[in-house]
Amino acid sequence: MSTDLNAQVAGIKDDYKYGFHESEAHYNYKSGKGLNRRTVEEISEMKSEPNWMREFRLKALDVFFQKALPQWGGNLNDLDFQDIHYFVRATDRQGKSWDDVPAEIKRTFDKLGIPEAERKFLAGVGAQYESEVVYHSLREDLSAKGVIFTDMDTALREHTDLVREYFATIIPVNDNKFAALNSAVWSGGSFVYIPAGVKVDIPLQAYFRINAENMGQFERTLIIVEEGAQVHYVEGCTAPVYTSESLHSAVVEIIVKKGGRCRYTTIQNWANNIYNLVTKRAVAHEDALMEWVDGNLGSRLTMKYPSVYMVGKGARAEILSIAFAGKGQHQDAGGKVVHAAPYTTSRIISKSISKNGGRSSYRGLLKVADGAYGSKSNVVCDALILDPQSRSDTYPYIEVDEDDVKIGHEASVSKIGEEQLFYLRSRGLSETEASTLIVNGFIEPLVKELPMEYAVEMNKLIELQMEGSVG
Amino acid sequence: MSRKSLRIENLHVSVEGKSILRGVNLTINQGETHALMGPNGSGKSTLSYALMGHPNYEITDGSAFIDDVNLLDMEPDDRAKAGLFLAFQYPTSIPGVTMANFLRHAVTNVRMPDRKEGEDLISMRDFRKELKQKMDELGMDGEFARRYLNEGFSGGEKKRAEVLQLAMLQPAFAILDETDSGLDIDAVRVVSEGVNRVAKAQGTGVLVITHYQRILNYIQPQFVHILYGGKIVENGGPELVTTLELEGYDWIRAKYPNEAQIEDELESTVLTS
Repeated sequence: MSTDLNAQVAGIKDDYKYGFHESEAHYNYKSGKGLNRRTVEEISEMKSEPNWMREFRLKALDVFFQKALPQWGGNLNDLDFQDIHYFVRATDRQGKSWDDVPAEIKRTFDKLGIPEAERKFLAGVGAQYESEVVYHSLREDLSAKGVIFTDMDTALREHTDLVREYFATIIPVNDNKFAALNSAVWSGGSFVYIPAGVKVDIPLQAYFRINAENMGQFERTLIIVEEGAQVHYVEGCTAPVYTSESLHSAVVEIIVKKGGRCRYTTIQNWANNIYNLVTKRAVAHEDALMEWVDGNLGSRLTMKYPSVYMVGKGARAEILSIAFAGKGQHQDAGGKVVHAAPYTTSRIISKSISKNGGRSSYRGLLKVADGAYGSKSNVVCDALILDPQSRSDTYPYIEVDEDDVKIGHEASVSKIGEEQLFYLRSRGLSETEASTLIVNGFIEPLVKELPMEYAVEMNKLIELQMEGSVG
Repeated sequence: MSRKSLRIENLHVSVEGKSILRGVNLTINQGETHALMGPNGSGKSTLSYALMGHPNYEITDGSAFIDDVNLLDMEPDDRAKAGLFLAFQYPTSIPGVTMANFLRHAVTNVRMPDRKEGEDLISMRDFRKELKQKMDELGMDGEFARRYLNEGFSGGEKKRAEVLQLAMLQPAFAILDETDSGLDIDAVRVVSEGVNRVAKAQGTGVLVITHYQRILNYIQPQFVHILYGGKIVENGGPELVTTLELEGYDWIRAKYPNEAQIEDELESTVLTS
């Protein structure tokens, strides 16, 4: 069977149905390639930003140049920071209705099914195309309640005080090289503000699309959930397939105040030429709940470890991570939880699948500070390897400075079982169907946490990865 | 509909280079019930795995046909589509895959063998209705359909699940590999009744592999075969079961000294069952 399975797995093409691209003829502005002070000043100028933001960017650029590339995680040697367009403006106006969005851009989002999803099950939608958000909407009843859901550039103009109060407080400029890069050249992203006690019961979604070649997308997202408020934010991402690399380096900062709840779901399906180097961090105050649901299917290399700092008593953190590494892909994903207050609880569940020479790594940090007594944490990471060419690694880091804690850690690596395959095949399932079913079963505990529509989407994406059917 | 035949001729099977079956001949017609008995290690399970197409079981000689369809040329899924079913002695568990989801795929493939991958499965409504009916008949709780396939099932639940699959897939031929092992007497009865119901309704040809008489009180065979030392050495009717029950295998041993020697060698090696 193993030879059969090899042949079958090798036969799976990594087809990608979002690989189309649109013409750039209508573009408003595209920066030259490369990064220097002038690039940063230009971005700030084009956005007519206040002086403090311009200074912030320039300071961040210095930090970026000072910091060395990380020597852990994935291979970044082919990433050439001077071969990237740092700012591309596809249109100079943002649509409030899809009719306002230029046809070339709207076509892309139609293909991705965004307007349809919006009509069916979303409370608000933001759509970013290249460097800026080209469409934004929010259900009227929510804006009447004081909910703000807009792009970060608009927020900086219209909600300056809020932005200034929280911006870069969770992820400071010098946190890491890519956070510094984002801080210098950020553009677009979402700003979400949920006033105290307001519960947004259906998801807000942001969609990120890179269209141009050698493009850098650096969205910056800030979510503030006030006391007792609740929100579910979802993001999706795709890009055309090019032979040269593009870079996506986002920063996402979240503050969940006392008793608030925030769930942030990502279904990342970048093309396989994208470096996806993202810093995501949340601070959870007393009795707050922060959940990251992080699905990584695309990209060439992803390095992303959503984290939660539990700073208030009774805060909770949940990180659910799914990674699928196919041919030429390395998913270096996981999560970080920091227990910095008593009676805080966290759970990390990671499921990774490697196939066709792909590599997935779980990298996690669990830290319990002195004084965080009565805290509990449970980490489970399971890896499924579909063929001998593929690889899976686990890097769990645990630092505990408090005695009164309960910690659980389990890790498992399994190969797709011959007996499982034979059993399913003896019931009439083809080898591809059988392995797809086994893979879907493997991630089922996570997929069932997703809202119905995303669960269906996730299963479809897995099937595409498995079948290589033409989209 | 004319009755089909499952014809096994001179079947030789090796596992990891070791010869286990050494020329098995057996013909089963639809509507007939056969029992295959034999001591541990005689090759009973090997026959079932080899017929279903397990990759570790190498056919070194012989043939197996359903009418004019050569099973041995086919992948396991095509054998299922050709009408062969194996109720496993040790069904494997598939975490995260519900019984209902799995069975819908299986039923679709077996009933629509020409369907291309990715095309629609059979209608959810019809499938659910049929599944519920079959589960009721087997005294299975509706919750069963939503459980993950064999995951955390008790021995009895696993065997019942195998018979549920048999009932849903309606094969021309069903091999029951030690379906009675690990079951208490009530479970043996329920499972057997399930098999009988399917066999009667579908005219299934049944091969019951067992080394105890117990299940044969419920699934009554017209034909009984004794596998010994990798060959079928005795063919007869129900009276063979009684003889074995009373006298054990000693008389077989005495009657077939060559096979007895091989049997001893086989028993001394640990085999996958």
